Amino acid sequence: MICDNCKERDAVVNLTRIVDNAVTQLHLCEKCAAEKGVETTVAVAQHPLGDILQAVQQQASTTSEDAAACSFCGATARDFRATGRLGCPHCYDAMEKSLRELLRRLHGSSRHVGQRYDAPVTHVATPKPDSIHDLRDRLQRAVDTEQFELAAELRDRIKVIE
Amino acid sequence: MTPPRPALDLSLLPDGGVRWLDASGPNSDIVISTRMRLARNVSGYAFTGRARDGERLRMLAQVRDALGAVPSLSGSLLVRLEELATVDRQLLHERHLVSKELAGLDPQHPIRSGAAVFLGESVGLLVNEEDHLRLQSLRSGFAVPQAFESVHRLDQELGSQVPFAFHREFGFLTACPTNAGTGLRASVLIHLPGLVLTKEIGKVLSGLQQMGLTYRGLYGEGSEVVGNFFQLSNQTTLGRSEEELQDLLVRVVRHVIEREEEARRVLVRDAGYIIEDKLWRAYGTLRYARSLTFDEAMNYLSGVRLAVGLKLITGLSVYTLNKLLIFAQSAHLAHLEQRTLTESETNLARAKYVRQVLVSEGGGVE
Ligand SMILES: [Zn+2]
Ligand SMILES: [Zn+2]
Repeated sequence: MICDNCKERDAVVNLTRIVDNAVTQLHLCEKCAAEKGVETTVAVAQHPLGDILQAVQQQASTTSEDAAACSFCGATARDFRATGRLGCPHCYDAMEKSLRELLRRLHGSSRHVGQRYDAPVTHVATPKPDSIHDLRDRLQRAVDTEQFELAAELRDRIKVIE
Repeated sequence: MTPPRPALDLSLLPDGGVRWLDASGPNSDIVISTRMRLARNVSGYAFTGRARDGERLRMLAQVRDALGAVPSLSGSLLVRLEELATVDRQLLHERHLVSKELAGLDPQHPIRSGAAVFLGESVGLLVNEEDHLRLQSLRSGFAVPQAFESVHRLDQELGSQVPFAFHREFGFLTACPTNAGTGLRASVLIHLPGLVLTKEIGKVLSGLQQMGLTYRGLYGEGSEVVGNFFQLSNQTTLGRSEEELQDLLVRVVRHVIEREEEARRVLVRDAGYIIEDKLWRAYGTLRYARSLTFDEAMNYLSGVRLAVGLKLITGLSVYTLNKLLIFAQSAHLAHLEQRTLTESETNLARAKYVRQVLVSEGGGVE
């Protein structure tokens, strides 16, 4: 079968889509599929976790963000590979490039098109995440995971508050 | 052996938290329930897995302080899971109110400090699961828009009080990238004995995977399919809007329901007496067995449920069968007997309980 898009190469991906209540089959070659952001392995994935770890492993050799630690929680790309979990919301910025690639592999897209959200301005009454207790916990974690640069910074911030 | 503290009192919950079993929803002969889950995290905290105990507890405190301004959860029951005995945590899990991970039943994830659940009328809020917050709603039958509406309202109310972690490109941020974007997992618990008996199920399951849906057993990720009960849910959460994800589930499930109905017609037409005999035997076993394992009970219940759907067995309600699905599990039986049970005692208690329920319903008489 010939690719529906370029009509040149052999189709290797059968994409089943539902558009306006109708089921359509799209046959694509590997190149066109990649351009459309279709990851050929996604459709057969049964256990998302096995899949994600595999995808992360594949990336291991290509990423240059490996050594960089998240400036908030101290997690590294290595930690992510070991657990399949990110350390905190800031990790998405710290590992942005490789995560964008991974999200594309997992979801077929890395762009959120759903509901938008604006966080409320936090009230003074609620415990602030930057409380002295939180800073101490973060410091302890930074020391435990040998993120000494982050630890030094947190120590300074705690000193200012005390 | 007595539990370390008074057993969990689920009578404090409206309907004991099992209203979703009452078979009042659309298509409830085939679809037991619809569940919507939103994964959310609070900015300024490490994700639960990386957080220290103190951070988790302050996270919980921040959520609790905000709840006064969240009408969806007014009057909700707060359960601090870390304070409960294992059997009580298992009970909540068997009732589909908390995940295995939050209940600390997974040997890899022992119960963590700050693990809590707020249970309202039709919504629940899990705190300090893999994500800080998992908002969920559970409805009877095939009720996607209704279930989404409840969880969406909770999301709006809570999100205006507590700052969620949100990224302009990646959407709602989650500990596992498989949940990022909308954070929405829309699923149905569906009973497909017709497709299993006609051996069509393989084709249907691989077809729905091509459509972007995935399937699991009765108890979510990694659990086995027993009693022909399947959980179907969207596989991806990013790159499609909440509406598109719901539409996808609705369209595919509608199609699966039609296939199941067709399979049932074929069974009755081509193998009428064989099926009838098989289903009555299932009923007979449930009605008279003295010991039942969980898998046996589920498989026979599946047969009886099909027989009721085919109107072969009358006088038994789908609600009763749904309840057996939940109440014949081991922690529920331990609560019923008010003591811990060994495995063989559990099987005896299960058979006794099932017999009693079937006798009191008086079903099955021709
Ligand atoms: Zn092509
Ligand atoms: Zn981080």
